[in-house]
Order: sequence, then C-alpha cells, then structure tokens
Amino acid sequence: MSANTALAEKYRNNFLKEIEEQVEMGDWVKMCMQCGVCSGSCPTNFQSAWEHPPQELFMMIRAGKREEVLTSSSMWNCTSCYNCIVRCPRKLPITHIMHGIAEYAHRLGMAPKMQPTRFFSGLFWKNCTHTGRVNELKLSMGLYFKDGLGAGIKEGMKMKDVAIGLLKAKRLNPFELFGGHKCKDQKGIQAMLKKAYEIERSRKAAKMAG
Amino acid sequence: MADIKVAAYICKGCGLGERLDTDALVKIAQKDGKVPLAKSHDFLCNADGVAMIKNDIANEGVTHIMIGACSRRAKTEAFFFPENAVARANLREGVVWIRPDTEEARETTQDMAEDYIRMGCAEVKAMTAPGGNTNTGTSKTLLVVGGGVTGMTTAIEASKTGYSVVLVEKSGELGGWAGKLYKRTPVHEPFKSPADTGVADLASQVMGDSNIKVYLNATIAKTDGAPGRFVVDIATESGATHTEDIGAIVQATGFTLYDMNKLPELGGGKSPNVIDQAGLEALAKAAAAGDGIIRRPSDNQPVKSVVFVQCAGQRDPTGTHLSYCSGFCCNASIKQAMYFKDTNPGVDTTIIYTDLRTPGNGEDFYRSAQEKGVIFTKGKVAEVVPNGNTSTVKFNDLILGDTDASMVDVDLVVLATGQVANSGINIDALTKPQVEGQEGEPSAVGTVEVKPISILNLTYRQGPDVPQLKQGFTDSHFICFPYETRRTGIYTAGPVRRPMDIAQAREDATGAALKAIQALENAELGRAAHPRSGDLSFPKVRLEGCTQCKRCTVECPFGAIDEDEKRFPVFNESRCRRCGTCMGACPVRVISFENYSVNTVGAQIKAVDIPDEFSEKPRILILACENDAYPALDMAGMSRNEYSAFVRIIPIRCLGSVNTIWITDALNAGYDGVMLMGCKSGDEYQCHFVKGSELGRVRMSKIDDTLKTLNLESERVRDLEVAITDIERVPDMINKYAAELVAVGPSPFKGF
Repeated sequence: MSANTALAEKYRNNFLKEIEEQVEMGDWVKMCMQCGVCSGSCPTNFQSAWEHPPQELFMMIRAGKREEVLTSSSMWNCTSCYNCIVRCPRKLPITHIMHGIAEYAHRLGMAPKMQPTRFFSGLFWKNCTHTGRVNELKLSMGLYFKDGLGAGIKEGMKMKDVAIGLLKAKRLNPFELFGGHKCKDQKGIQAMLKKAYEIERSRKAAKMAG
Repeated sequence: MADIKVAAYICKGCGLGERLDTDALVKIAQKDGKVPLAKSHDFLCNADGVAMIKNDIANEGVTHIMIGACSRRAKTEAFFFPENAVARANLREGVVWIRPDTEEARETTQDMAEDYIRMGCAEVKAMTAPGGNTNTGTSKTLLVVGGGVTGMTTAIEASKTGYSVVLVEKSGELGGWAGKLYKRTPVHEPFKSPADTGVADLASQVMGDSNIKVYLNATIAKTDGAPGRFVVDIATESGATHTEDIGAIVQATGFTLYDMNKLPELGGGKSPNVIDQAGLEALAKAAAAGDGIIRRPSDNQPVKSVVFVQCAGQRDPTGTHLSYCSGFCCNASIKQAMYFKDTNPGVDTTIIYTDLRTPGNGEDFYRSAQEKGVIFTKGKVAEVVPNGNTSTVKFNDLILGDTDASMVDVDLVVLATGQVANSGINIDALTKPQVEGQEGEPSAVGTVEVKPISILNLTYRQGPDVPQLKQGFTDSHFICFPYETRRTGIYTAGPVRRPMDIAQAREDATGAALKAIQALENAELGRAAHPRSGDLSFPKVRLEGCTQCKRCTVECPFGAIDEDEKRFPVFNESRCRRCGTCMGACPVRVISFENYSVNTVGAQIKAVDIPDEFSEKPRILILACENDAYPALDMAGMSRNEYSAFVRIIPIRCLGSVNTIWITDALNAGYDGVMLMGCKSGDEYQCHFVKGSELGRVRMSKIDDTLKTLNLESERVRDLEVAITDIERVPDMINKYAAELVAVGPSPFKGF
C-alpha cells in the first residue's frame, strides 16, 4: 500500500483532520472565515495563475475534496510575498499553510510532476546540496532543458544575448559546467544534511503512522 | 382676550445692530404691529436684557412678549417666561446670517427683518400662554405585559427606580423563550462557551420584589383611559378579573418562531429528525437531565452528525417567507453546535450559512466554535431529504461554485427559523377594508401571519392594539425613538419591536422602562411626551362648531381622539403628542392650541407686507416643520449659507398640522409661491409624529383643485422633503424655487 492510500484509508472522510495532523500549520485551516481577502491580495491571481485561491483551497479541505486539493498546482504557485498573511483578519499563516500543503502533496507523491515551481525546487536543492554552493550555470541549464532537448535549445537561444553579456562582464564562467566550485568542507555539509534528513524522515514517518 | 398687553423687544447683539436699522424695526412694531411697548436692547439675552423684560412683566403688566432676536431654538433658557405668551422673530439665523453683508442687499434684508417683526407681533396677539392639561391621572404604576427576559428586566429596572409594577404573563411561569433554552450565547469574557441563561435568577428577583405584582396565567381583558390613568382589566385563568390603575404600559410580548411546517422543502414537519432551534434546545435540556448525549428523536440513537441550516424561511426575496434577518440565529446555531462539540468532539457539526452575522461579541464566539471544530460551510440549502433515520442535505456551495453539493447520513437537521412578532391584531388591516369599501383578501406577498388575538384590548377608537410598522413588528423609529409606539404611554420592548437576542432585549427593556416612567410623570403634570416633551399646550375644540366629520378621530396618528355616543370627538389630552394633525385635518377649523392655531399662523401670513407686482420683490411663504426643516434652515444660517431674501418662513409643528386655509389665504394675499417643508414619509419615515407628514401630504395632494379655482399655476405650491442634515440643500432648493417663480411671473392677486 502506498503512503497515499494508507493515509486516505486512515482518515477516510475527514480530510480536514488529515491536513491538521499532517501538514505544517494545517491546524489553522479550520479558522478561515471565507472572507476572501487572501485571494484578493494574491499577486499571482492577477494573472489567473491559481486554479484555486487559498480561501477556496481551505473550503475544499473542509468539503473533503482530498484528490483535488493534493493534485492541485495552486499551492505551488505561491510566491511567498506574504500579502495574505499580513492581511488575513483571522491571522492565518496562509503562506506557510500553502507550502505545508505543497510539501505534503509532494511527500505523498501526488504533486504534479512537471509543475515548474516544484521542478525548480527539486533542482535547486539538489544543485546546492551537492557541492555546498549554488552552481548557477547548471541550475539555469537544468531549468531550460526541463521539457526536453528542443525546448531547452530554443529557450537557450532566446537568452543568448544575456548570456554573452554576462560572459563579457565576467559574471558567467563556462567552465562551471564541469564540476564547478565547491565549499571548503563539502563532506561536512553532506554529513550535516544527512543527519537532518534522518531526523525529518523519522518525525514524518511517525506522524504518518501515528 | 380682554387685558392683554403686548411688548416687543428688539435685540441689537450678534451683529443685528450693525446689519439692521433697529430703530426702524421698533417703529414697525409700534406702527404695523400695534404694540404699545416696543424697545431695543444692545444684548437682550444677557442678565440686564432679561431683567428688563421681567421688570416690564411685573410692573408694566406685559402679558404677551414678542422677541426679535435669534431663532426660537436658541437662548430658550434666557427667554423662558412660562406665564406669558411668547413669540420669537428670527432676525439672526433667519435674516442677517443668511444674507450677504453688502450695500445692495441691505434694503431686502431690512424688508425681511421688518416682515418678521410684523409676523411676530401678529402671532403673539393670537396666542395665550398654555396652561397645561388638567384632565390628568396620578397613577405611578407600570404595567408590563409579558414575563420573558424583556418583561422581567423591565419590571426589575422600574422597581429599582422606585416604581411599582404589575406584570402579566400569559403562561404559568416566568421566563418566556429564554426559559426554554438550555444555555445562552455568552455575554462575558472570554465569549468562548455557552453560558447559563440567568432566567431563574431574574424570575426569583421578580418574585422576591415587593414592588412587583405578578399575574400568571393571565391576559389583558381591557385597557381603558390614558397615560397616568389607565384602567386595566386583567383576566386570570380562574375566570376572575382584577382591575388595576396603571400609569404607563410596556408591552414585551416577544415573538413566535416562524413555523417550520411552512418549509417542507427543508424537511420541516416531514421527519422527527428535522427540528427548529427550539426543538434542539428541548433535546439538549433532556440530554442534560440524562446522560448528556443528545439523541435523534426518531430512534433515540446518539447524534453523530448534525447540520444547521441558517436563514431557513428568512431573508427570502420571493415573498413566500420572512424577508428579514432575525439577527439572533447565527449565534444560536453556533451555541447549539457547541452543545455537541463540548460533550463529544467526535460529532460532526456543520453550519451551512450564506452570511454569518454574529452581533455583540459573536465574532469571538464564532472563532471559538471554529477552534472546537465546528465546520462552517458557505452555501444555500436547497433541499433536505429525510430518509429513514437520517437525512440528505442538498445545497449550493457558494465558495466552490458547486450547485449540486450534498451531505449524506445526517442524523439531525436544525432549521434556524426566524422571529415573528407577537404584536396582536394588525389594526391597519382591520380598518383598511372598511375605509376603502372592499373586502380584504389578505395579501400574501411579504406579510406574516398575524395572531388574531388582541394583546392589550384597548378601548381606543382606532383599534385594540398598537399599530404595526413593517412585517408585523410594532411601530418605532429604529434610530431616533426606538421604544415609542403610536400610542402615548404605551411602549414596546424586545422582539415584539424588532428581531433581537437576549442581550439586546435586556437593553431594550431598560430603555423602555425609563421611557414609560417619563411618560407617566409627564402625564401627571399635564405635559406632552416625546417629541414635544414638556409641552403644556393641548388641543382645544369648539364642539358647537363641529360637524362630526370624524377626520380628526380617523387621522390622529396617536389614537388620542375617541368618539362619544353622539359621535362628537372626545379628546384624551394625555394621549396627545401635540402634533396638530387634528387641527390641520379639521375642515371647519374648530381645533386649536393655545399657542398654535389656525389663527396664529394665519395672522402671520396676513401680516407680511406684499409689495406690488412692479417692485420685482416676490414673496414666498415657507411652512417649515420645526423638527427637521426649521433646524436645517437655522443651521444653514449658522454656516452662512445664503438664500433668497424674498422668503418668509413660519415654523409649524408638523406638516400634518398644515390647514389648507393657510395656503389659500397666502395665495389670495398675493404671495407668489408657497413651499411646504416636511419630513420623509412612508415606511422609511423620518416624521417625529410618524404619520403626520404623510397625512399632510395626502391633504396637500388635493391642493391642485384649490389652485384651479383660483386660476393659478400648479408651480405656486411646492411640497418638499427636508431632512435635518439638508443644511446646504435647503438654501439651494429655496433659490431654485425663487428663480422658477420669476419665470412663472408675479401672482395676479397682488394689490387686492
């Protein structure tokens, strides 16, 4: 049984309770009073990027729409501008809840695979934890080639003037593509992260089982 | 009218001396006003000026005083001569403050002041000092009808103030609706959980108070008399009748829940598991007496899921059910959801609402319910389908846009139906078919069922109960005078007046108790109650001239006038509010007040000097309601908002007191136009006498016939709605009308 089906089984009809227990800051969801100030304040909503604004997501959680919420791309679109937190009359930490739901969906393997924010987050984390330094060239190339070779070349050509400019200004080193620079104690960093992973993994596993 | 001596005093203070030729005004008072004693003073309202007037009263035998100074609304304490008839010519707010201080304007400004002096002198001569109503009663006992929270609070508050109270309760115990509650919405910090109702405490206070006499299982068989001298027959269950002398009455008859059987689409009456809020209170009380678990009525199984349907049969735009919001039900449903959550957090409680309205500190209570896990869903319930021991609730989810949302296997559905006032017989519905000669088919749209049993059984000519305003609630002005009804000395409080919760009802009760005490004290002194509090004048009628047309008895907004067996009007002065609507209605003009009559206004109209048609000085008469329009005009003066010098303003008690003879007289005398300024009428009325401005307008709508017989243009008379806030609008209206009249041309009646 996958983690997803196991948890769905565990909470059955009570998706709100599942969110409260599994999602960071999820216990705030019940306090939403549906005023819609968060939705109105969200800068991404001006471009209709959100399938479901926060207020609606909260309502869907209460209505038990588990599949729709967890597979939604909405919470991945949050830019962490904190407008909603500042304005929420009920003081809900909406930004954190969005990230919490996104993380939970990712944990269950239900998050949309190629959602750009999610993809970039993974890419960035892998990139910077590998050497302890962010390799900007590899990071941007990775993002360019996200949707395949053709799309990547096209995207690269579009940005070539910027890249040449950066080269001339010595802000871009093409040799970074091979290895790249590292932090002083690469091993130490990785050992630290390993320990952190372990702690988190055991905590979440306990939560999901408990 | 034998020995009257009139004196006129002209003030020179506040710039009057600089802007006006006061010596000329003194001469006008002597010559045109025919006043034997006329003086001017540099500062009339100071101690020296007032002493001068008092000296003249004492030593010169002055009985009637005309003061040409500021508005009659200013300096009322300085110019207070209760033994004398007093008229005020408004030279400050009405003349110098609304005119530009220029050389060109000087002549017309002086004309204006001179006319006001003539008018004041003419008015005061037609007056006598009001002596007060002598047909008074001295009862200081308060009757409270209804033994719920409102009634008990009224009784306790009145008793604490030192007045004795008679409390009549229809049922066998005190408490009313609140007595049937398990708990109430909290009113103290931290507003987190349902609280004790406090009804038992209130009831024991009432029962233990020697000032309060309680009749249980009793109703009012008859209410006769007037404030200060009501005689009330109380019928008890045993058949005995007790008679009590009463000073004033507070009706706190509360409400009935809207009948859920009228809501079959929401499952009302279709299943024992679909109940109203009172039904849940009963279940909660029963549970509290047992093991604390609320059980569904159909099979006595513990309730595991409950849905609260807000606005059931309320806020209905179609006119089938109640159109209004009862205001208490959101908090009540939150409270009831907590009944479940506080004993077992595992019970699913969902409140389906369209707009959650939580007055008082309900926001904290709402938040507390969310913390306890009550689910709030914004939606409109379309249907409740009972099926065996459970129900399915179908609703339109307004946030998710899901028109087909539903909740299944719901053990208990609670419908939040609203409050319907127990206001007795709708006397307007009783009288209307008679007046219009058509049998009244009860109109279905927007009306609520009226209980056909009278509550007060008044012996008044206009009907046995207090009039209703909207939706069966008793008449009142929500903002300006909330407890007043259209029956003097009878106040309504609590949900009979408007939908409300316990906290609001208790405030209401306290307010109404104090108003009732004021009313009975004023009644004893022969003075008017609100809005002319303390007024000593009252209508006097020359019965020998009466034609028994009954207009006064029908139109009196306060039901003050009865009829005797010969069908002559019988004035109950203590019930009268002194609006003068009877005076305006009387076709033979036999009704008058000592200081306000057809003559006092008529004399002013005739006193104005009408220049001939070639002078280019038109004259416009303004009859301005003294409650709203006249203060607005005064305030326009204070703000120095200028208006035409051709108007002559006469304050009137109410538009309802305007007798058409004044208009005819004015037009005959050569006035070019007449403006009537009264308050807004209708459902959203602002009239201090409730129906006065409406009745006045109905009368004035027929003025066109008069204009036709005089061969005059219809523009000559203008009826305007003016509010007290129209400080800038009123001067504008006057100036526009003055300009319009120039186009119409001068009145053909000038110079006759």
